[in-house]
Amino acid sequence: MKNNVFLLGIVLLIFSLSACNTGEKTYKIGDEVEDFSLKNIDETYVSMADYKYAKGFVIIFTCNHCPYSVAYEDRIIDLADYARENEYELIAINPNDPSFYPEDSFENMKIRAKEKSFNFPYLIDEKQEIYPKFGATKTPHVFIVKKKNNKLYLVYKGAIDDNHEFPEQVKEKYVKTVLDELAAGKEDLTYTETKAIGCSIKDKRTEEK
Amino acid sequence: MKWKLITHTLIFVLFTASCANNNRDKKLVYNPIKKVKDNNYTLDVFDYKSLKPLLEANNDTVYVFNFWATWCKPCIEELPVFEEFNANNSSKVKIFLISLDFSKNITTKLIPFIKNNNIKLKVILLSDPDSNYWINEINSDWSGAIPATIFVKNGDRIFVEGKINKEELQNNINKLK
Repeated sequence: MKNNVFLLGIVLLIFSLSACNTGEKTYKIGDEVEDFSLKNIDETYVSMADYKYAKGFVIIFTCNHCPYSVAYEDRIIDLADYARENEYELIAINPNDPSFYPEDSFENMKIRAKEKSFNFPYLIDEKQEIYPKFGATKTPHVFIVKKKNNKLYLVYKGAIDDNHEFPEQVKEKYVKTVLDELAAGKEDLTYTETKAIGCSIKDKRTEEK
Repeated sequence: MKWKLITHTLIFVLFTASCANNNRDKKLVYNPIKKVKDNNYTLDVFDYKSLKPLLEANNDTVYVFNFWATWCKPCIEELPVFEEFNANNSSKVKIFLISLDFSKNITTKLIPFIKNNNIKLKVILLSDPDSNYWINEINSDWSGAIPATIFVKNGDRIFVEGKINKEELQNNINKLK
């Protein structure tokens, strides 16, 4: 009898451990974030580790085709400069499968980056393995990651600001506020999660019906 | 004689007064903030404040509110599902297509899309920049990606994010009926 109970305990323990490993873990605010190695439009591979002196990163999942992303393009360019002034690097990542919209192809990413003089890396999540870790659900979707003791932690996720259509009517500049507060050493950020409308991420695995 | 007149009048007044109250409860609160007319089509525009009472309709009808946009491919792909349902079912189901197109594109993109595709369902536009607020009001699980659909009846609500098919549309309506 005792042996059976012991055996059952072992089985349950193994089961629960394996369940942990198979789980689709999405970063929550405060979680440690893994680095990535993704192809940039200049054909080199970029990781956050490449930026030894950056204090953190503004990661924006964005793409060519989505009108919301396009509406934010100029603001993203502006944000890259703003982030750099605060020693944060902005990294744009295209999470989409280009078979849905040819505009999102790697070649078209190069063209857009050149046309608009992107001042930041524009990477492609080719295997579509990185965006699910962040829990990106649409474009554009921002994730701000802070470096602490050589590890990376998620401190903000959500929108860029509160008005996609009329930049001159923006009241709350979410990302800029987060960057300002991080620069000031604030631990308790005003914004940690915000929401906005965007285009769903194009992925054959989640495209149903 | 006078008493009969008085009591009859009183009864009449009370009756119509109570009828009026009932009607007020059952009337759909539909108050757009703006109407855009173009090419013989009138599009009603709402902000979230004016849309909210519509989403909270409370009159025994099942309402289906689909959030879409002309630039959203999966949204366009699922439109026939709503149109077909509407064509084959009358009665107590009312469908609204809530467009999230940019307001500057109403006459250049939205109305032409409606006309070119012969959309029969009622299309309205939600123009409200404070999406961080109203996305959560509509449903706290909504990520903000479209398409998304809510089913409403008398205060009960079912929210579905993503494209839905014929069966899902019918099942969710049945759950509320």
